[in-house]
Amino acid sequence: MSSDGNLLEVRNLRTYFDTDDGVVKAVDGVSFELKRGQTLGIVGESGSGKSVTNLSIIRLIPEPPGKIVSGEVIFNGSDLMLVSNEAIRKIRGRRIAMIFQDPMTSLNPFMKISRQLMEMTQLHLGHTKAQARAHAIRMLETVGIPDAHTRADNYPHEFSGGMRQRVMIAMALSCEPELLIADEPTTALDVTIQAQILELIKKLKRETGTSVILITHDLGVVAGMTDHVIVMYAGKIFEQAPTRELFARPGNPYTKGLLRSVPDPTAEQGKLYQIPGLPPDVAHLKPGCPFAPRCERVEEICRREFPPFVQLNAEHYSLCHFAREVYSESGGTPA
Amino acid sequence: MSALLSIKDLKVYFDLGGGGPLDRLFNANSVKRVVKAVDGVSLDIQERETLGLVGESGCGKSTLARAILRLIEPTDGRVFYRDQDLAHLSQRQLREQRRHLQIIFQDPYASLNPRMTIGQIVGEPLETFRLARGREAEQRVQELLETVGLSKRFVKRYPHEFSGGQRQRIGIARALAVDPDFIVADEPISALDVSIQAQIMNLLEKLRREKNLTYLFISHDLRAIRHVSDRVAVMYLGKLVEIAEAKTIYDEPLMPYTKALISAVPVPDPQVEAGRQRIMLEGDVPSPINPPAGCRFHTRCPYAIDACKEVVPQLVEIKPEHFAACIRISPAQPHIEDVAPGTAPGL
Repeated sequence: MSSDGNLLEVRNLRTYFDTDDGVVKAVDGVSFELKRGQTLGIVGESGSGKSVTNLSIIRLIPEPPGKIVSGEVIFNGSDLMLVSNEAIRKIRGRRIAMIFQDPMTSLNPFMKISRQLMEMTQLHLGHTKAQARAHAIRMLETVGIPDAHTRADNYPHEFSGGMRQRVMIAMALSCEPELLIADEPTTALDVTIQAQILELIKKLKRETGTSVILITHDLGVVAGMTDHVIVMYAGKIFEQAPTRELFARPGNPYTKGLLRSVPDPTAEQGKLYQIPGLPPDVAHLKPGCPFAPRCERVEEICRREFPPFVQLNAEHYSLCHFAREVYSESGGTPA
Repeated sequence: MSALLSIKDLKVYFDLGGGGPLDRLFNANSVKRVVKAVDGVSLDIQERETLGLVGESGCGKSTLARAILRLIEPTDGRVFYRDQDLAHLSQRQLREQRRHLQIIFQDPYASLNPRMTIGQIVGEPLETFRLARGREAEQRVQELLETVGLSKRFVKRYPHEFSGGQRQRIGIARALAVDPDFIVADEPISALDVSIQAQIMNLLEKLRREKNLTYLFISHDLRAIRHVSDRVAVMYLGKLVEIAEAKTIYDEPLMPYTKALISAVPVPDPQVEAGRQRIMLEGDVPSPINPPAGCRFHTRCPYAIDACKEVVPQLVEIKPEHFAACIRISPAQPHIEDVAPGTAPGL
């Protein structure tokens, strides 16, 4: 563990994909830290690089076409980019666990839930069959599966979407990982079920002290769940700040636009603010700021020069030529 | 305002079999299994209104929409569109009416034929309904593309060349091709990125104003529903449980289910989120196969009493223009918080 309590430090991560269309810089120079016990939200639209960032951390990038071109991922003091394949396999599932958007595709449809859960602890913790089964049932109870004893012997298709996601969470947490990466864990679920699952993740986090990286496109979910937020766009971090700070005083035009384009139920109806244009084609980025073609305060320099990553105060950064001005307009005082 | 569409006691049942003599031969306990996807829905959709329909997956909202357009055959009930009962028209008569009633689908990737060009996709309805041909049709397709914010240069391109938001615009252009009065938008923004959702909502709103359209806007996203709708109907397990103006539904919901639904929506404001008390619903939505008797929500409702398990609640006008289906509230006693807590909560 590093001196300042960081569980994870990602430095200058670059993951590129070779495609027929050219090199896609899916993640291009991403750096962040995650303190123990904290939750980091990564927000972005599709293609922003949020999922690739996390797949890179645990080295699950299909190679080829993908390649982690550079970067360090310091997890508990050791660089995951340098450890052997064998070592990273032991870390995955055991110390870093992941849950994905669609639980049906991450569960084996031909295996009983119990066996899939037991596999985890038999492999990673050396449980005997009996220990593993007892543990599996305990985990299913923890995540709120009623009648866990019987339900353990059901197949994935016999569960509802919400229940399947609970099973996934049980599986992810069964080896008490230090880091849980949740990639859009509630996107496929109904709102009332989403509320249950988010509450469950919060509760388990409190009880186990697991650190969480929560990837989502829903700013509402980020607001309620995270301590820090990273906003990604075109493979870059556009803004990074403590959650409250980011929502109260955004320092980047893209973040501002995103926040304004979510309908506010307390406001009057009328035209909703919209960010014009489309997300960029990351295979063909022009020089300058990738958001420039859609930005409402774009100036000539934005089209010419790549923007600097400006520090606005202790923990708040924004990738923008006019970060200080945007921050001031939001009511912030740049340091 | 008058009703453009008037739905009377519409039912859509799916027979899953079971319970027949042969079934009982193999399994003595076999019972007939019926999914009551839509079970007696009555609803008026006013001309030029956007009626929002919300509910969780499996509640029957998409089935209801499809039954209105007869993309699924209703089991029973009537759907009046300008004095014609769509539910009982012959196929030929129905085809003529279909022109006026269109649908936009959720998945912009699955709803466009990948082997057709954009020009063919948007132009096909013109041909089907013999509205335009040749040069005139081409012209019309170009206009339609521009109406939905796409370049007319796209006519020769194929769907895979477009992003989700652009495909949704193509779907909208196709729906508009026949100059409809009424459009069902079935989760039109759910598959799109946040910045694109706002664009599509604004586009639909603009089109509604310009072309005097009437929408049935289906979504599970309450924030979007609140934003686009004039009135909102809440559906649970095949039945409508509450209808009111969008603002009223959001600010002063009457039904315990609607309250829980609204309280589950995450608000993009960390301070609000930190201080929020959620009404958590226990458990999942019950299976629509042989659903609970009485009020279908009684298995999850904290206010349920014994009578809720037996009496099927009807939609009652509890407050002016505000209908709810709950036997525990009435015009005299509209607030569920004021009634005694449940004596027989289902769980």
